[in-house]
Amino acid sequence: MNVPVSNMTRISGNGVGNALELRGVGKSFGALAALADINMVVKPGERRAVLGSNGAGKTTLFNCITGDFLATAGTIRFFGEDISAFPAYERIRRGLRRTYQISLLFTALSVLDNVYLACNGVSRGRFSFRRPQRNDAVTESAETLVNMVHLDSVRNTLVSDLSYGQQRQLEIAMALSGAPRFILFDEPAAGLSPAERRELIDILTNLPGHVGYIIIEHDMDVALRVSDSVTMMHNGRIFKEGKPAEIEDDPEVQALYLGGENHG
Amino acid sequence: MASIDTHADGLTSQSWVERIPAHYYFIAIALISMPVFAGDFILFQIFGWTFILGVISLSLMFLAGYGGMVSLAQMTIAGLAGYMVAIFGNSAIDTISQGWPWYVAIPLALLIAVLFGTIVGWLAVRTDGIYTIMITLAIASAFFYFTRQNYVIFNGYSGFNGVLPPQLFGIDWRHPVAFYYLTLFWAVAAYCSVVYISRAPFGLALQGVRDNARRMAALGYNVTAHRVAAYAFAALLAGIGGILLTWQSGQISPGTAGIGPAIDILVIAVIGGLRHPVGPFIGAFIYVLLKTFAVDVLLSLGLAGERFQLLIGLGFLIIVFWSPDGLLGLWERFRSSRSRDPLTGRNGGGREL
Ligand SMILES: Nc1ncnc2c1ncn2[C@@H]1O[C@H](COP(=O)(O)OP(=O)(O)OP(=O)(O)O)[C@@H](O)[C@H]1O
Ligand SMILES: [Mg+2]
Repeated sequence: MNVPVSNMTRISGNGVGNALELRGVGKSFGALAALADINMVVKPGERRAVLGSNGAGKTTLFNCITGDFLATAGTIRFFGEDISAFPAYERIRRGLRRTYQISLLFTALSVLDNVYLACNGVSRGRFSFRRPQRNDAVTESAETLVNMVHLDSVRNTLVSDLSYGQQRQLEIAMALSGAPRFILFDEPAAGLSPAERRELIDILTNLPGHVGYIIIEHDMDVALRVSDSVTMMHNGRIFKEGKPAEIEDDPEVQALYLGGENHG
Repeated sequence: MASIDTHADGLTSQSWVERIPAHYYFIAIALISMPVFAGDFILFQIFGWTFILGVISLSLMFLAGYGGMVSLAQMTIAGLAGYMVAIFGNSAIDTISQGWPWYVAIPLALLIAVLFGTIVGWLAVRTDGIYTIMITLAIASAFFYFTRQNYVIFNGYSGFNGVLPPQLFGIDWRHPVAFYYLTLFWAVAAYCSVVYISRAPFGLALQGVRDNARRMAALGYNVTAHRVAAYAFAALLAGIGGILLTWQSGQISPGTAGIGPAIDILVIAVIGGLRHPVGPFIGAFIYVLLKTFAVDVLLSLGLAGERFQLLIGLGFLIIVFWSPDGLLGLWERFRSSRSRDPLTGRNGGGREL
């Protein structure tokens, strides 16, 4: 199941085995098996795209990896450590991050406060009863991230007053907080304008080399541009893995996805 | 309840003197000079009681407003702290009271209140909404019946009398003027600490937990621990209020922390408003005025005095139906309607509280 990847230097850098290793992972909602027998290995620094039709179980896969839901079967290893039974916050503190398909932001707080919460969640000052000082490290990293996604002009605006595209940008900034080792992006490009899309691709390709990610993306062009390898999902199962070029040329995939449906 | 302290001033630090709005200074001068024109009854009974109930109610506002958790056990925690100063310190019941000095009895009482509050929180955070109210109400009534039946520690039905503040610095702290300043000091301290913490990492995270617990967990926060810690801090406020309340009446008995008072604390917080820490004090002031004077007014109108409870209940209903954000919410609506441009209907510049 190991995927041959194009950029070997980036991927072999971190000698801790695999960034993410899923063995027999399943998730049932009552009688519905949203995920079944998922086996997947992602190397440190690897960039993987997950494609699949609506309801294929892509978001559920993310929820199981981050611990938003506990998987009902199988084991999940993160840099060698079995995190299957960990609560979400323990997984996040180990360097896992995610964005949400439907923005899950604090709409009553400002942009900067949202990013501040994200940075603080993975810092040691989570429980501090003292207000941050001038030049506080967490505040500064929050400001840097806000600038990075070009939200500096609206940093004190309430999130409820942001445009859709800006909210998506904010999701990205929050996923980059702290020192991420691996990020799960759930359809970050959905609903973005072409210019915003280009910016997103810029941010993804400029991430530090040791930071790997999985990106769910319906737009094949975007997906192939930002990934080293592709996983195709259907009905809660993985049915094909390979390099972008292989997947693109695969007749089965073409029949199922590239011909008929067109999302996004 | 959606927008507490929405202006993001917490992360930029001006000099704190500059940041205090002018009207705060007027209120401060009025409160400090109050004993010059107010009589003993007003100082002790009206303001003293207002500040005490305000502090206890503030502990509920902190949990409900910032944490989204409505706890009816705050009066119980206050009552427990009151009992503990009576038991560890001095009272007329010297067979039970240990007579330890105040600097042992008071910290010990507060410590036990905080421990108890933490346990209450640990039980209550497993639940949501109406179930939190139910479980904390169950704890409140269990405490009430337990203290009424337990004679070994809580002296049963009659409780403790003669529970007085220490004669620190040679001052009789139950003298109306001294007691006024004592309660004013703790009310201001409690108010300022809540305002301060609301913009500190802990308070900000608590508001995050209130608005979106799942997202907070996905940002690395242990949501349960945060909620329990909020209960612990609220218990400290309630404990301070409870000790002051016990000193004011000089006694503590099961009725002090019964179901009625537990609900009164909620009513006070809701009438004042849960959006800002000043709300509980406004609510407490109205409650105390009604409780003190409504009986006389009703009697002079030829109505039965007990009807004042009905008056409070009606006021509560009107507030809940009309302005879920309490009197603070009404005041804000009034201000924003006055600053609204009559032509465009758009809001001029009424700053958020
Ligand atoms: N919390 C839930 N409770 C019950 N069923 C769920 C839940 N979440 C997802 N499902 C079901 O699991 C299946 C997979 O859903 P999922 O959201 O993972 O799909 P997806 O691949 O992300 O689809 P999309 O492209 O629309 O985002 C769907 O049939 C969905 O209805
Ligand atoms: Mg999805």
